[in-house]
Amino acid sequence: MSEPLRQTPLHALHIELGAKMVPFAGYEMPVQYPLGVMKEHLHTRNKAGLFDVSHMGQVVVWPKSGEYEQAALAMERLVPVDVAGLGEMRQRYGMFTNDAGGILDDLMLANLGNHLFVVVNAGCKQADIEHMKAHLSDSCDIEVLDDRALLALQGPAAETALARLQPAVTDMKFMDVARDVDIAGINVVISRSGYTGEDGYEISVADTDAVALARALLALEEVEPIGLGARDSLRLEAGLCLYGHDIDTKTTPAEAALGWAIQKVRRAGGKREGGFPGADVILPQLIEGASRRRVGLRPDGRAPMREGTVLFAGAEGGEAIGTITSGAFGPTIEGPMSMGYVPADLAAPGTQVYGEVRGKRQPAQVAALPFTTPNFKR
Amino acid sequence: MKYTEEHEWLREEDGLIVVGITEHAAEQLGDIVFVELPEAGTEVAKDDEVVVIESVKAASDILAPIDGEIIEVNEVLADSPSKVNEDAIGDGWFFKIKPSDPSQMDDLMNEAAYLKFIG
Repeated sequence: MSEPLRQTPLHALHIELGAKMVPFAGYEMPVQYPLGVMKEHLHTRNKAGLFDVSHMGQVVVWPKSGEYEQAALAMERLVPVDVAGLGEMRQRYGMFTNDAGGILDDLMLANLGNHLFVVVNAGCKQADIEHMKAHLSDSCDIEVLDDRALLALQGPAAETALARLQPAVTDMKFMDVARDVDIAGINVVISRSGYTGEDGYEISVADTDAVALARALLALEEVEPIGLGARDSLRLEAGLCLYGHDIDTKTTPAEAALGWAIQKVRRAGGKREGGFPGADVILPQLIEGASRRRVGLRPDGRAPMREGTVLFAGAEGGEAIGTITSGAFGPTIEGPMSMGYVPADLAAPGTQVYGEVRGKRQPAQVAALPFTTPNFKR
Repeated sequence: MKYTEEHEWLREEDGLIVVGITEHAAEQLGDIVFVELPEAGTEVAKDDEVVVIESVKAASDILAPIDGEIIEVNEVLADSPSKVNEDAIGDGWFFKIKPSDPSQMDDLMNEAAYLKFIG
């Protein structure tokens, strides 16, 4: 990493709030504030937390015809999800796939009427932008919104708190999007979504207004600033994948248990079946099942089984059966939790497997995901 | 009270040495979620890995600061590892060791030297 770290528009505010800053995906980001990871996590589950996710890539796909459908159908050549069927001002989760059926990145896709709006991971954004330019430019223009910040307000009190600044946000349902919304006098694009398993909102704002918006949100009594440390334990409790860890170019959507994100219309027998990279690998796997599968794991005791822990079927002998891809202590479930890949015949909840921690095999049970009950306003 | 470069504190109590980690170390580690302690009766040599600490950030090993026999461990930490964050130099102690060579204590830092060490 020879390039200097980039900063988000909220950098000085993070420092002012006492954040501990760390390098993450080429950015200098707050990993925690004085509250600490554990309390930040619990605060988000109990009240509301504000996250700076401005490092993520915000990209507009402009259809040359001016019709959303043109951008949607073009995008469907890169993702296995139903983009064309997405209602206006609605959003959904998806992934870019490669010819081997692997995942290049996961992303959010939103129908904003005259264009398609996507949000991609910070670590992949350059590659994603090149990928979209290379494959969509015949029918679309790709505009990178590098002059916008992205904030996430997450938690059961997010709605009540935000409604004091803009009552209309209570009318939004999970995965609804609205634009030209006024929050504390600032014009934003807002969606009812997030990556913590909690109800909440993601707010795209001009970088010049980002600090004022963040201050207005932090002034709400329910809201505390939350760092990347708690963001990671929140998304893991919620059973959500972290790109580059739980999913990557070596995992297919079926292996990653992301089949729910691939709608019928894109599957075998669907009206717009296939037509995305790796469809010949992914579509049969969705019918027959993949030979391995991402599962949740609950280690016995209190010691976390972290990323890279090798899994075995028995307490002694035998070949490795898989690896843990994310592992931490879950503050809400008050115990260790992991996600990892195991063979399909060992993927049923309740199956006992063993993870090798500090040279000793320790038992863990396959567990249903998410570990915590989601709290979405559908 | 004596200190090691591994951020342990050692306090003499009734002929035994009580060992824990400093407030500075606890703060650096972040919220501690698991502590694996040795068994009472274990003979340890200086620099043996005797304790494993898992925080919200990472796993860390704690090394035996001196030679001796582990006489007692703080069982409370099994269910309440957060005691280490709350009271690192009190209720958050790890184990009591019977030194086999009490002169090893002389090589350790005093408080002034430790404060200088952590800057």
